[in-house]
Amino acid sequence: MADPAAVPTQPGLPDAPWEPPDDNPAPTVICDDLHVVYRLVVQGGSGSASSALRRILGGQGGGQVFKQVHAVRGVSMVAREGDAIALIGRNGSGKSTLLRAIAGLLPAESGAVYTSGRPSLLGVNAALMRDLPGEDNILLGCMAMGMTREEALERRDWIVDFADLGEFISLPMRAYSSGMAARLRFAIAASTSHEILMIDEALATGDAEFRRRSEQRIMELRDEAGTVFLVSHSLGVVRLTCNRAIWLEKGRIVMDGEANAVVDAYEAVYDPEVDKQERRRRRERKRRERQAAEQAARQVAEEARLAREAAAAQAGPGDPDTGPTPI
Amino acid sequence: MPSATPLPPKAPPPVGATRPPDPVAPPDEDLAALARAWGLTSSTARQPVGSYLRELWSRRDFIRAMARGRRSSQYRDTVLGKLWQVLAPILNAAVYYFIFGVLLQTSRGVENYPAFLITGVFTFTYTQRAVTGGTKAIANNRNLIRAIHFPRAVLPLAVIVQEVSQQVVSLAILGVIVLATGEPLTWSWLLVLPIMLLQTVFNTGVCLLVARWTAASQDVAQLMPFIIQTWRYVSGVMFSIPVFAADLAGWVQAVLYLNPLTGFIELMRDALLTSYSAPGWLWWVTAGWALAALVAGFVVFYRAEESYSRG
Repeated sequence: MADPAAVPTQPGLPDAPWEPPDDNPAPTVICDDLHVVYRLVVQGGSGSASSALRRILGGQGGGQVFKQVHAVRGVSMVAREGDAIALIGRNGSGKSTLLRAIAGLLPAESGAVYTSGRPSLLGVNAALMRDLPGEDNILLGCMAMGMTREEALERRDWIVDFADLGEFISLPMRAYSSGMAARLRFAIAASTSHEILMIDEALATGDAEFRRRSEQRIMELRDEAGTVFLVSHSLGVVRLTCNRAIWLEKGRIVMDGEANAVVDAYEAVYDPEVDKQERRRRRERKRRERQAAEQAARQVAEEARLAREAAAAQAGPGDPDTGPTPI
Repeated sequence: MPSATPLPPKAPPPVGATRPPDPVAPPDEDLAALARAWGLTSSTARQPVGSYLRELWSRRDFIRAMARGRRSSQYRDTVLGKLWQVLAPILNAAVYYFIFGVLLQTSRGVENYPAFLITGVFTFTYTQRAVTGGTKAIANNRNLIRAIHFPRAVLPLAVIVQEVSQQVVSLAILGVIVLATGEPLTWSWLLVLPIMLLQTVFNTGVCLLVARWTAASQDVAQLMPFIIQTWRYVSGVMFSIPVFAADLAGWVQAVLYLNPLTGFIELMRDALLTSYSAPGWLWWVTAGWALAALVAGFVVFYRAEESYSRG
């Protein structure tokens, strides 16, 4: 079956038994051996005019140098209604790229993504207009997500309340702190139930009180039978808000299962606490090695001294320089 | 002092820091079949034209909101604010009149040269602004494109909606200026509406084309000012094509008249100025251009729909 119970767990890792929220809800997102490659211009386009001219004269198709990044390498998974799935992994493990590919914003190199609706990505970068007041941006953002003007007007009060920006709501967004802008973006994206909602690191901003409310809202959205994807470096948030976690390593899934179990296994490898202990142990070992080396050096020096003394004692009586002068 | 004895052997790696597990094996189930069974659709596939157009239509509120947002942020940091929407065309007209009417005296053979010139300038500027807006439509909204899914044609269309409202203001100013030069208000002024409609259709197509060309690389955008400059000079904005081209071969005149902007400008002068008349077949030329530009622009833009999130 496609549900992750079938995913074999790794030996030596805690078992990750997986129970779907109710018996086999409808799948909402299916990734079938998905590969995503994106290309970056690492040279060309910018640079001095003379180097650009050289590139053109040198031919080579305009001379732009592309670097291919194979960010997602064969991901297969099935997300179901009611899932709140956290994508965890270190920087560059392909979490955000996978999210964008699922949202249909990045084309698949091979494989496919199937979705039941239009996934909405709530990225930290979701662009609102900096020069417009928060109120206007609410309408703009809602309509960007596909609402009509009437629907957007209906949701406006809720968003204003949730973002809780006080009088800033009527000021242009360029007057906002980054935390305030993030709150407004989250409030807009979370204002309506999405079939598939994707959140990229949005919870890292805002104060503790706002974080608590947004966690609560995510759980509400989850209960409204949508599917939520969350990319977060905060493992505490993952444990609180998600029922399932997918651990990505270099663009591949290395573990998929119940959120707490996956986070436990992840922390066993990358936990900052473990890192700290490891560093302490390494320091201790270095210190011991240094001591041992000093000890050995002292010993060698001592032996050398003793040998010299012994030699001196042997030669002593017949030596006019070092021996005591008889009176 | 160098040590003679070797260091003690390295300790084994401490417990706790295991390496990440190996990638899980792909499920042996046919996921594509599962997707089909539940009616899921591929999220990266381009929509068919019909549903694309329908979604575009359902996003009309969003298009209007984008246009309004751009309009109000356009003149931020200015004291006069939206008054610039009125001042900019007036200053534009004044500059052209000063250079071509007063300094260069290109007015030979033309009655009521100020009205003639300013009608040309305002009509040309409409298309020019649509082209310039098109060069930035995709590039300036890359974050939005990467974050939210919507038919990307929304962005060039928002440019068009914004420029329509600017052009309505400009045409009102044009009317006042033309009346001030002594032209009477006649029924033929009503023709301004169909002319503007045709030009808007034409602009939409050109804006879509330019948006696609500049999305991949901004080199085309760098070239645009020069193309526009040339276009302005061959469109008879500041001189009368019948007067200046009288000595030229017939086919050169024909080519000059086949330029869509010549058509729009000549028709506009015909409508507003009693002393000026343009051949009636220019309606067919301009209508043909408008339709061709719209279809070509849409097809070219639509075919690259999924590529706009790159770059």
